[in-house]
Amino acid sequence: MRVSLGRWLLPVYAVLALLFLMVPIVYTFIFSFNDSQKSNITWRGFTFDKWLNVCNVQNGAVCEAFGNSLIIGASATVAATALGTMIAIAIVRYRFRFRSKVSLLLFLPMATPEVVLGAGLAAQFLSVGVPKDIVTIILAHTMFCISFVVVTVKARVASLDPALEEAGRDLYGSPGQVFLRITFPLLLPGILAAALLSFALSFDDFIITNFNSGAVTTFPKYIYISASRGIPAEANVVASAVFILALVIVVSAQVSSAARAKRLAKSG
Amino acid sequence: MTTSAFAAQGADLELVGIQKRFPGFTAIEHLDLKIPPGSFFALLGPSGCGKTTTLRLVAGLEEPTAGRILIGGEDITGKKPYQRPVNTVFQSYALFPHMTVLENVAFGLRRRRLDEPVAKAHEALRLVELDHLAARKPQQLSGGQQQRVALARAIVNRPALLLLDEPLGALDLKLRRQMQLELKTIQEEVGLTFLHVTHDQEEAMTMADTVAVMNKGRIEQMGAPEELYELPKTAFVANFLGQSNLFTGPVVGSTSEAIAVGVAGQRIVVPTARAHRHVGEVTIGIRPEKLSLHLSAPAVDPARNTMGPGRVIDVSFSGVSTQYLITVPHVGTLIVFAQNMAFGPVAEEGGEVWVSWDIEHGFGLEDEPADTPRFEADTTTRSIAAQRRASLITELEEV
Repeated sequence: MRVSLGRWLLPVYAVLALLFLMVPIVYTFIFSFNDSQKSNITWRGFTFDKWLNVCNVQNGAVCEAFGNSLIIGASATVAATALGTMIAIAIVRYRFRFRSKVSLLLFLPMATPEVVLGAGLAAQFLSVGVPKDIVTIILAHTMFCISFVVVTVKARVASLDPALEEAGRDLYGSPGQVFLRITFPLLLPGILAAALLSFALSFDDFIITNFNSGAVTTFPKYIYISASRGIPAEANVVASAVFILALVIVVSAQVSSAARAKRLAKSG
Repeated sequence: MTTSAFAAQGADLELVGIQKRFPGFTAIEHLDLKIPPGSFFALLGPSGCGKTTTLRLVAGLEEPTAGRILIGGEDITGKKPYQRPVNTVFQSYALFPHMTVLENVAFGLRRRRLDEPVAKAHEALRLVELDHLAARKPQQLSGGQQQRVALARAIVNRPALLLLDEPLGALDLKLRRQMQLELKTIQEEVGLTFLHVTHDQEEAMTMADTVAVMNKGRIEQMGAPEELYELPKTAFVANFLGQSNLFTGPVVGSTSEAIAVGVAGQRIVVPTARAHRHVGEVTIGIRPEKLSLHLSAPAVDPARNTMGPGRVIDVSFSGVSTQYLITVPHVGTLIVFAQNMAFGPVAEEGGEVWVSWDIEHGFGLEDEPADTPRFEADTTTRSIAAQRRASLITELEEV
């Protein structure tokens, strides 16, 4: 009896956990095909209309919000990844004054509640007199993404053998060439992971964005606002599309890396 | 010297008054060194003696606190690593993991924008017999193969000076011996100047034309391996390069040919030409394999020094030879290596023996005897155990 319980417990638990995670996603996906009128709560019949005319409702508000989110995510990711990588290299490789304080400061945005961070930033922008628009959102997102980039890239820099860069310099590479041909390619996996993380964090941030966005609407903010009067099916379309896109990217990356490992094993 | 030209031959390296201080400690006190072109030069010393720092100073990876570095007569002290006609084989090999073996080897050629980097890289890989693995990544190679790629990556640039930082340290013993011979052959083939850093005295003696023994940031002695071994100048060299039996005593008589030293009441004769000090307290020594064991007091022979009687406290048989530890009253513990010409050891533990050696084989050190302990303390577990047992036996006999 005990044996059979043990054998069944894990699979049942796993299936239940998966269901629990999948149901909202599947619900969102299915209701993106709902022929909804004002609200998208009851099923009114199947249609492709929402997918085909996603940008035509409410003067394209859904698409505009989505576009803003993409612009903000991309800008914040580029800025945070570039700055964060530089900070990570500096912290690991060089000894300078206030080095340990910098490490501590970088940890703070991750530890501080988002509400406090958002409100604090909003107050600062107000006192400096900066109008709240897309630029203030990008600044806010860059700020909290830097911490995550530094943490991710730092681990990669620490595992990089300094002798590799020395070998590069010894083999007639100027400092620029050594960075471009040795340091950067070897840090790239860490930098890419940091960039993906930054984009994901920026894309779905609502709290900090809400404090610092003014009249600009991002995708999470749009959904939050429209939730009170019924989320349009077009929002389901965008969310489903993003989910499918992410899934395709992850699966293709897995497949290609598996193929590469197979090829290496064969040649080796 | 421009790095765009290939060096046809190795150039000479000259270090003038080099000093290197790190925060908190001095790695190199004062170093003057001249390495002739085309030679295989070994810097030998224990870890922390400053040998790797010397190498990094020459490569340009560290800056000297004082002094000048000249290659082929040109001062390169202020030059960056990538401006120096010098290449290094790193201890960890430092092969670029994201490039193929071929790209690793071609890296230096490409940075200098030389013609036909790929063809030259293949040629260098053929020299180390690894051309068939050119398309692999470094992590797919064995340790010995990686070592050879690191060597090819350095020599393909035909640097005026090739630096080797304990390049064989990570290899197992058999591969190490094989690579020692291979390195030596390659050096003779390409005619470059090699500066090899190692803590392995056997490696240094097998490979190098000239060995410099380094200790505490200074060069203790420099010369051909045979010279260093047969005629060490200091107690450090005498014990770091092989083993030595050292005795201290006053000079009690001297002629133009030899000096006599009183060691615990016995006269030990050393040729004047082989002794660095001729008056006062001196330290003299003899290599363990130069000693002969006698089971009875040997006949007096003016050409030989004798010492004894002593007691054998340890016998360890190692196939080719046998090592005996012998305590001589008021002198200390002597080490004797005897070839196993017959079967088994000739003396037994606890037995009474005499030792003798050819006067010509002794050497006198340059050190102030005060600097060196009267006898080098042998603190290996084996010898401590053997000494304890010997004292216990004498104690029991007295009771």
